[in-house]
Amino acid sequence: MAEIEFEIDDNVDITDVVCPTTFVKAKVALEELDDGQILAVKMNDGEPVQNVPRSIKEEGHKILKLINNEDGTFTLIVKKVGD
Amino acid sequence: MAADYAALKKGGFMRQKQKNNFSLRLRVVGGNLTSVQLAKIAEVAEKFGDGHVHMTSRQSVEIPFIKLDDIDEVKAALAEGGVEPGVCGPRVRTVTACQGAAICPSGCIDTYSLAKELDERYFARELPHKFKFGITGCQNNCLKAEENDLGIKGGIKVKWRESDCIGCGVCEKACRTGAVKIEDGKVIVDESKCNFCGRCFKACPTEAWDTIHGYIVSFGGLFGNSINKGEAIIPFIEDKEKLMKICDAAIEFFAENAKAGERFKFTLDRVGKDKFVDKIMEVYNG
Repeated sequence: MAEIEFEIDDNVDITDVVCPTTFVKAKVALEELDDGQILAVKMNDGEPVQNVPRSIKEEGHKILKLINNEDGTFTLIVKKVGD
Repeated sequence: MAADYAALKKGGFMRQKQKNNFSLRLRVVGGNLTSVQLAKIAEVAEKFGDGHVHMTSRQSVEIPFIKLDDIDEVKAALAEGGVEPGVCGPRVRTVTACQGAAICPSGCIDTYSLAKELDERYFARELPHKFKFGITGCQNNCLKAEENDLGIKGGIKVKWRESDCIGCGVCEKACRTGAVKIEDGKVIVDESKCNFCGRCFKACPTEAWDTIHGYIVSFGGLFGNSINKGEAIIPFIEDKEKLMKICDAAIEFFAENAKAGERFKFTLDRVGKDKFVDKIMEVYNG
């Protein structure tokens, strides 16, 4: 489990919204990308980080890493699957 | 001839305030009805009732304002649509269930199949008092398992599979009980904190977990005049055959020990929970 660097194609910040908009905002950002591109999703600790990664997985995308920003937020690195 | 109200009640015909009118309770399993059944229910409500139905608190449907003289005709009409009367009184009642793993992303077990199996095994079995089964698919507990005489909750027992883990860290955050920790690149599960919710497995991008889908069974729940939360004896039951044996044992214990009109919780209190625990453990270990 060595640290892996990812080439980020786009970023989305969902720390300014609450459930269910958190997931919706991430989903919309993913829709903008092409298959194989990588999105960084910044989210709050607590409910968003408990649930958003699973919802993105259930949409069929590939989760690569969850990074703890040590400031009460996390960044989820997601590879888009599908067009 | 005077109407045999006990027989009518047993057959799902609930006496109304309005003389000679009955609210007919239907047999529904796990909260599911087909469109054919629904169409027939609508037709019967229109023709023999007053054009409305009532959704009961335990996932049944009642057709009110059925007249005493029409009962046989109503039963025959319903049978055409594959609909049967339900039951009331001192016996095994409607087996309720959430949608479970067949439909719901949160589901850990196939609640509907289990509801059908329990319904076939026990429905309308005569007992000293009512006996309710409820099945919920996961820890979200949409079906409120513990308010039933015997409640079943789906769960997932997990074991981390290192070979498939990409070390993303999602599982640690998905866990709501603090059971999953990542230390030096290894995922550690504190079994004393795990509630079998399965969120670590469901959130994992590579499903790097060996899983056993099983059951958490609670006994003695009540939510009427008295309120009591059913309690589990065994933390997690791994196979369905054992689950069925435990259900058999609970019903047998109730049939043998309960007084007429006494709910399971009060039988357990009076006879002694220890005696019941011994019986369940004997079946579980046997």
